[in-house]
Amino acid sequence: MKSTFMHDIAIDNLKALFNQLENEKQYQPDWLFHLRSRAFENFLIHKFPTKKDETYKYTSLEPHFSGKLTYLSQTKCSNINIDEVFKCDVPSLDTHLIILVNGWYYASSQQELLHETSDGLIYGSLREVTNKKPELIKPYFAQSSRTINNFLDDLNLSFMQDGLFVYIPPQARLEKPIQVINLVVADEAVQIYPRHLIISESSHLTQILFCDHSLNISPFVMNGTMEIYLKDNAKLSFYRMQNAHNHSIQLTNNYITQSHQSEFKSVYVTLHGGVVRNNIFVQINGEEAKNSMYGLWLADKNQHIDYFTHVNHNKPASESNQFFKGILDDEATGIFSGKIFVAKDAQKTNAYQSNKNLIISQNAKVRSKPQLEIYADDVKCSHGSATGKLDDDAMFYLRSRGISHKESCQLLMFAFASDITNQIDIDPLKEEIETLVDKRLRGELSRCNRCSISCT
Amino acid sequence: MLTIKNLKAQINGKPILKGINLEIKAGEVHAIMGPNGSGKSTLAAVLAGRDYVEITSGEVLFMGQNLLDLAPEERARMGIFLGFQYPVEIPGVSMVSFMRTAVNEIRKYRNLPPLNSSDFLKYMREKKELVEIDTQLTHRSVNEGFSGGEKKKNEIFQMAMLEPKLAILDETDSGLDIDALRIVANGVNKLKSPDNAYLVITHYQRLLDYIIPDVVHVLYDGRIVKSAGKELALELEEKGYDWIKREYQKI
Repeated sequence: MKSTFMHDIAIDNLKALFNQLENEKQYQPDWLFHLRSRAFENFLIHKFPTKKDETYKYTSLEPHFSGKLTYLSQTKCSNINIDEVFKCDVPSLDTHLIILVNGWYYASSQQELLHETSDGLIYGSLREVTNKKPELIKPYFAQSSRTINNFLDDLNLSFMQDGLFVYIPPQARLEKPIQVINLVVADEAVQIYPRHLIISESSHLTQILFCDHSLNISPFVMNGTMEIYLKDNAKLSFYRMQNAHNHSIQLTNNYITQSHQSEFKSVYVTLHGGVVRNNIFVQINGEEAKNSMYGLWLADKNQHIDYFTHVNHNKPASESNQFFKGILDDEATGIFSGKIFVAKDAQKTNAYQSNKNLIISQNAKVRSKPQLEIYADDVKCSHGSATGKLDDDAMFYLRSRGISHKESCQLLMFAFASDITNQIDIDPLKEEIETLVDKRLRGELSRCNRCSISCT
Repeated sequence: MLTIKNLKAQINGKPILKGINLEIKAGEVHAIMGPNGSGKSTLAAVLAGRDYVEITSGEVLFMGQNLLDLAPEERARMGIFLGFQYPVEIPGVSMVSFMRTAVNEIRKYRNLPPLNSSDFLKYMREKKELVEIDTQLTHRSVNEGFSGGEKKKNEIFQMAMLEPKLAILDETDSGLDIDALRIVANGVNKLKSPDNAYLVITHYQRLLDYIIPDVVHVLYDGRIVKSAGKELALELEEKGYDWIKREYQKI
């Protein structure tokens, strides 16, 4: 009875919010309103997934939507001087820096909402592009996300207002990475629905670093959708760092659509979070495309981290690699559920998947579910999963050289994590992430403490 | 330096050491020989603090302290070093960070300030030259992908880095070709001093051609059944262990 009750509260709250935004005419233009209405209808039909739903068997999200959550219908944080109050100094990392505050694209003036650089790159606020240059986004917006039933994307599309837009034209060669700081700054419990769209047509490698941060300790639910499209021959590396406090609910939906001979590499590092659910959907729609995904999560106390991946090989001769690792301490829960799907025509597919977990405390929980679904007959696919403790022989070897029990654990945990952090190809970033991972494993990190920002 | 009195120990309820008595003084080299299964490696494991061995009686004093009360890392900091028969591969932990952590832990115990990066690298270079270890090995993860010989040389290198008072070398010679054997033995001889001591566990006499022991002990059935000078090793090489076993069974 209790869960039905909560269910209703959450749905009633969301219904009221949807109607309110509709009445306030927040939902222009019409084509977007049309998409939103269909998404919300879809949500009302399917509602929140229950434990019977295989894809949400171990992560129940409806209770997190039933409390009082303020919806920020405009950015309240408009007078920030970035240079003065915000410093995320990864030493010697020169980037195109973009800041999102509570899901809204931060800019000091109207002109700053959209940039076009000399190398042809267009980036800025998704809302601004929607209003000013809808032709840029209409062929892509919500195209990949709507092919898969996902209630989180239904909700995101229903309530999104802004987010990041990036377009990299053919032949564009970006000299520096794009760095996005996705911040939550609120002094009350909030719900946030950022939506991002990235399109690359360039065969020169673009690197995007996306950091999710919270700056104070108010609870929040952030349910973000990211759509990434790689056109023929496009190359993109995407690094996503999640670092928010223990009362945060971080939900991400990452949709990657790849065309002919495109190459996409992604590294996800979840340093900290209360409840985290990362959905990663890959559609390989072109031949000879390559996709590699790496993920690392570090969880202790009562943290709950759930990675869900789905890689679809729809065309022949493509390759995908998934390598995910978790370190779980205290009462933490780590979940990995990954699927490789190979369509009937996708011959000569190479697809690999691996999930390894290190359990530090007896009370930590791990669920790991690798799956293959193959309809082609000439493919190479494998998957595997292993969960274990720190190796006794290695521990003794280190201690026999004078290294304390604690420090020996630290060295071995860091080594376990380094398989993933080594995949970060931007050296100063890799060093910074390694430092954060090291501190995190020592229990010294609550958040990326060089970030400091305040609203005036 | 080390005094072992009537040490008895078992593994999974099976008695392995059945009353070991041994006295090692600073400056001495002791060799322990004996047939397979006689308890040689168990003795090394007990001294280093491996917890799968259960001590049932006896005591071990090291520099006047009860060794058996101490954690493995505390023993190492006091100056016990175990050269492993099977060194462990630890992917992802670099030799440099491993050795730097270990050296600085030991320096802390000796009330010395930690070495900074450049001093540490200099120190490491000196020791590498001393024991003739290939420079490339220290750029890799601990023992990962090392050949059998490289692993054993790496043990000697670590010993040189940590400057122990008592080094226990558990079949360091097994699996070594003659060149590697010479490098290992040279390392030991260079590090030998009046202040430290060696306990060399081996099956074969050939290591003792290079590392000359002061005393040779024969371990059989969990006890030291014979102790004599270095000539005992030659005698064992020639006659095998059967005569020792027969002598022991008569008693």
